[in-house]
Amino acid sequence: MVTFLRKRILSSAIPLVCVVLGVFFLARMTGDPVDLYLPLSATAEQRAEFSAAQGFDLSIPAQLWNYLVDAVHLDFGTSLRTGQSATEMVLDAFPVTLQLAGVTMLLAITGAVLIGSLAAYRPNSLVDRIASLLSMTAASIPDFWFAVMGVLVFGVSLAWLPTSGTLGGPEVWVLPVATLLIRPFGVLVQVVRGSMVSALSAPYVKIARSKGATPRRVIFGHALRNAVTPVLTVAGDLTVGLVNGAVIVETIFGWPGIGKLMIDSILQRDFAVLQAAVLLTAVTIFALNILVDVCHALTDPRVRQAVPA
Amino acid sequence: MTTTSAPALDVEGLCVDLSTPSGTVRAVDGVSFSVRHGRTLALLGESGCGKSMTALSVVGLLDPTASVTGGAVRVRGKDTLRLSPAERRKLAGPVLSIVFQDALTALNPVQPVGRQIGEPFRIHRGLSRRQAEEKAIELMTRVGIPEPRQRAKSYPHQFSGGMRQRLLIAMAVALDPDVLIADEPTTALDVTVQAQIMRLLRDLQDERDMAVVLITHDLAVVAQRADDVVVMYAGTVVEQGTVHDVFTSPRHPYTRGLLDSVPEDAERGRPLPAVPGSPPELSAVPPGCVFQARCPLVRERCVRERPSLRSAGDGRSAACHFSEELDRA
Ligand SMILES: Nc1ncnc2c1ncn2[C@@H]1O[C@H](COP(=O)(O)OP(=O)(O)OP(=O)(O)O)[C@@H](O)[C@H]1O
Ligand code: SF4
Ligand SMILES: [Mg+2]
Repeated sequence: MVTFLRKRILSSAIPLVCVVLGVFFLARMTGDPVDLYLPLSATAEQRAEFSAAQGFDLSIPAQLWNYLVDAVHLDFGTSLRTGQSATEMVLDAFPVTLQLAGVTMLLAITGAVLIGSLAAYRPNSLVDRIASLLSMTAASIPDFWFAVMGVLVFGVSLAWLPTSGTLGGPEVWVLPVATLLIRPFGVLVQVVRGSMVSALSAPYVKIARSKGATPRRVIFGHALRNAVTPVLTVAGDLTVGLVNGAVIVETIFGWPGIGKLMIDSILQRDFAVLQAAVLLTAVTIFALNILVDVCHALTDPRVRQAVPA
Repeated sequence: MTTTSAPALDVEGLCVDLSTPSGTVRAVDGVSFSVRHGRTLALLGESGCGKSMTALSVVGLLDPTASVTGGAVRVRGKDTLRLSPAERRKLAGPVLSIVFQDALTALNPVQPVGRQIGEPFRIHRGLSRRQAEEKAIELMTRVGIPEPRQRAKSYPHQFSGGMRQRLLIAMAVALDPDVLIADEPTTALDVTVQAQIMRLLRDLQDERDMAVVLITHDLAVVAQRADDVVVMYAGTVVEQGTVHDVFTSPRHPYTRGLLDSVPEDAERGRPLPAVPGSPPELSAVPPGCVFQARCPLVRERCVRERPSLRSAGDGRSAACHFSEELDRA
């Protein structure tokens, strides 16, 4: 397992370095990076002063070196808006998004496993058809539409739920989590159902039943762990996709997470913060992929033993 | 010994319907047979004739697309077809058990084998995980797995084909079932290993006085191993009797065709020899005799009227209007 993990981390180091370099060159490809950092109204003196302070007047290799050294120290400059360290701002916003995404995926996966498995146990039964209809609808509802409708119905008309902010009891979570949840949930129900249907028709499931195993034992003891591979892969992709969703949800519901931070820094041309946010998001996605692979290895002994050399 | 009492398994008039995209077809049509403790009955017939379907109905493992539409499957005086799912589960393992052909897919790829072999004890005897594992190790020792204690923690893909089949058999006999159904238990293995597995099955059967239903394509295995034989064709039983009687003087043209096409020096492990032609589609089984299209003796009555399975003397029977002619031939 340790070897597996080490190899997996090493193999994702290369794409990560590419992202770090990509951000550097992207900032310079469109011309003078000073344009990105400073507002349009900046005077020539201000620009020159800023350029010198940031080292943009140095040669490209020298700049790259400084950038890399700073990156290793997690120093991505200071925010134009607040004067705060960009890294700090990003790290403050990060847990908010992480919690939101974590709760969402936990609920989506648990719910999808239960409903998808029940649906798969008797294909074409009433439960299956209801589950298919609901999950198909859920998977195709646009999240911004759902968020707006949620705010209108439950926040404004019925006034049951708060429409923005993170302060308060569990009710502040309802609308944001529901908005983020709906699509992954719909997609996952279908993936779980599909891979459970094929797992349940496998000979080893027949053999388990021939030993007198109850349906519960058959589903959760035998089929599920075999069905989990595609579910994990899709769940990983959906989690990455939550970054998009987080932008919308955090903006609509006023949650101070990474998504909102990115939108704000784009709108206000706060390049230092944007750069830090992009890099942290990239690191998170790589970590997530490693996590998915580790889960694969944990659930399937064949993956564990087939570590690529 | 219960040789004089009721059979361990008694199947009567079993019918299985399959729902296909183009309508319902009958895959098993009125199959009857019974097996006593300690005896072996072979189900013989070419691919697609409904052997596995019959076996799966007996153990209650049919796919959702197939359903038993008639007949009875009696064990211990009870018709399993009339039991609730929970009552049936009580029989699965301690009374009825099954071994499949492909042990790799029949074992759960993500569970250590010891756990799978011990599972019947967890389900039916309420043993703890540790106790069940101990039982599994005993069984693995019995079926000849070297270093069973260490190997119990391995996964199915870490065993050879023959070893996997041994594991599957160990699991099937764990609770000393009355009836063991073996659906082509050796087809996927090479010839020497086949012989070892058949030997193991034989020993376990003798030791536990099990009734065995052996499904196979292999006439040599039937001749050596079985007491009785049921020959199936297109979902029906065409001939039935002791192996000795049926093999020395078949009373159905299909059985004779099978036996005739075996070369003198036939080896075991060969697939069922070919009788010219192919069986009817299930959706187009003719109204008269099911075998008419391939029968050398076919005549007008065969097309008009389906022969029923009738006695052909000394406890044997055949479904042919003209079975007496074969006797003379
Ligand atoms: N799940 C299924 N869905 C549809 N048709 C099926 C299914 N299982 C079996 N059949 C059909 O039912 C018939 C009987 O199949 P069965 O598996 O019992 O044959 P068999 O005698 O065991 O053949 P083989 O020697 O190849 O194992 C065949 O025509 C087969 O095509
Ligand atoms: S009934 Fe007729 S067609 Fe059928 S097996 Fe006998 S002779 Fe052949
Ligand atoms: Mg079969």
